Amino acid sequence: MSRYFTPDHEWIEIEGETGTVGISDYAQSQLGDITFVELAQADTDLSKGDAACVVESVKAASDVYAPVSGKVTQANEGLEDQPELVNGDAQGAGWLFRLAIADAGELESLMDQTAYDAYVAGL
Amino acid sequence: MNAPNPSGWRPSVGSGEPGNTGSSPTVSGDRGLTLEEPLSFEIGDSAKCGVDIEAPEAEPLASISAFLRKDAPQLPGLTEPECIRHYTRLSRQNYGIDLGPFPLGSCTMKHNPRLNEKVARLPGFADVHPLQPQSTVPGALEVIEQLADWLIALTGMHAVAMSPKAGAHGELCGLLAIRAAHDANGETRRIVLVPESAHGTNPATAAFAGYKVESIPATEEGRVDFDALKKRLGPDVAGVMITNPNTCGLFEPEMKAIGDAVHAVGGYVYCDGANFNAIVGKVRPGDLGIDAMHINLHKTFSTPHGGGGPGSGPVVLSEALAPFAPIPFVRRDDNGALRLIEEGETGDAAPLSFGRMTAFHGQMGMFTRALAYILSHGADGLRQVAEDAVLNANYVLRSCEDVLSAPFGNAGPCMHEALFSDTGLAEGFSTLDIAKGLIDEGFHPMTVYFPLVVKGAMLVEPTETESKLGLDRFIASLRSLAERARKGDESLHAAPVYAPRRRLDETQAARKPVLVWREEEG
Repeated sequence: MSRYFTPDHEWIEIEGETGTVGISDYAQSQLGDITFVELAQADTDLSKGDAACVVESVKAASDVYAPVSGKVTQANEGLEDQPELVNGDAQGAGWLFRLAIADAGELESLMDQTAYDAYVAGL
Repeated sequence: MNAPNPSGWRPSVGSGEPGNTGSSPTVSGDRGLTLEEPLSFEIGDSAKCGVDIEAPEAEPLASISAFLRKDAPQLPGLTEPECIRHYTRLSRQNYGIDLGPFPLGSCTMKHNPRLNEKVARLPGFADVHPLQPQSTVPGALEVIEQLADWLIALTGMHAVAMSPKAGAHGELCGLLAIRAAHDANGETRRIVLVPESAHGTNPATAAFAGYKVESIPATEEGRVDFDALKKRLGPDVAGVMITNPNTCGLFEPEMKAIGDAVHAVGGYVYCDGANFNAIVGKVRPGDLGIDAMHINLHKTFSTPHGGGGPGSGPVVLSEALAPFAPIPFVRRDDNGALRLIEEGETGDAAPLSFGRMTAFHGQMGMFTRALAYILSHGADGLRQVAEDAVLNANYVLRSCEDVLSAPFGNAGPCMHEALFSDTGLAEGFSTLDIAKGLIDEGFHPMTVYFPLVVKGAMLVEPTETESKLGLDRFIASLRSLAERARKGDESLHAAPVYAPRRRLDETQAARKPVLVWREEEG
């Protein structure tokens, strides 16, 4: 199991051919209290970089982009009633959606944890 | 600073301890004449009524019997004096432009001159009805026409659509005109480019008009990245939406070149005119290659704004887009009389019009106010509006930049708004603390956390209608709050202490809003 990050602060964790996507702990700390998550639509085909869902906080509404191309298989429906899960556990229970990965090769363009930590430190 | 009260004496406004609203020292909950107001439902009961309503004499029509109400309506049941007092007491808790500065960046909360109101209340303007025969309202049509002429002259554009009701509605009007122009050319273009420094409504409008939005990054100086924009231009781009001056409070100096590049690939340029106050009388958007721009009469032209509206967002159009303008519009006929061109007449007069956006002709009451403002200022006065607005913003910027980080302070003078960030505040202190502190100081807070490209943004737009004394008072308060936040003064976390309410739980209000009053059960 391995986890990758995008420059837009999404993470994707790979398990077989499925990727679980969320926003990083850094992203949730910058957004502040999350008030609403517009869930990703199951069965939507996404290209890498397409807006998949929307996270609203007290400060801003932000699109969350697909880290890699694929078809949405599941959204985290628990966030409908408990958007605060994204603040409490952004990189765990606060995951946003799952994706059937179309092209695992696209993962190579993403950052691993070490590279992402360095990227955030430089912001 | 010239303190208006040199003795420093202030009336006592309570202990400021947490929970000061729930544990009032008085039985009523009021503090002197600072009133604590319950909900109307908590004042009244259904046994009371402000008016006598007689029982209906006839039975309801059989044809509507299926729709008859089964339960009594839940009305608060206030007597007339209770009702009047309720709303008057609420109005005393409100803060408005008639009470003090309202430095909301991007909103241009300038003073609304009373002369506008006097003119709008003249019976010939106040009492007209949109369905009156046109022959009975030549004066109203003349107002629309004169205002249209001024807006065209001030923007250097070719035509103006007067009917859009506010800024975002005007954006939609502009994009529908752009789409109609592409349709007329038999072209289907799917992409609208929106720079990061544009207003947040721009991408929403483009999406609503059926376009796919692509974002163009900002440079480190807070301006449009022209190279990135040029790279993305192509035959699939319908247009570009730019805010100029932009939301970082900066003029886009490459606007003309951007317009030329967009036109070269067959696209159109929409400019968000929300910040027109900075350039009115100084720069004509038509000279910059702009094809469509809305003008917020409720910003630049001083009509009421924010609760007192309604807004009004006429859209000026270039020669290329003018044929697609919506109906209705005013046109002078061969006899010199003004006439509204409506459906059924457009075949000859405007065969390419994209249609109608509003039921009637636009916000007539705002037209009279805006025209009164324009005529009372004149061309030289309007130019001075822009100059003073920019001067005031730069005065705020330069008076505070040693205590508040100004991310684009080195980019030269700002336009009509000064942008600060929360960089440099002590750990645990943020823009929100400064904003809440301003409430204690008796000011409406500035725009916060916008634009998004700046961390912890504070966008201050003083407008030209604040005097130097007023600005100095605001600056003294802002500087003091910034210094407290830099030092890590914990008491700032408690602000506002002197407001009727302390910090509200904005998160819960957004997550679980209570929008409708319901009788408590049991």
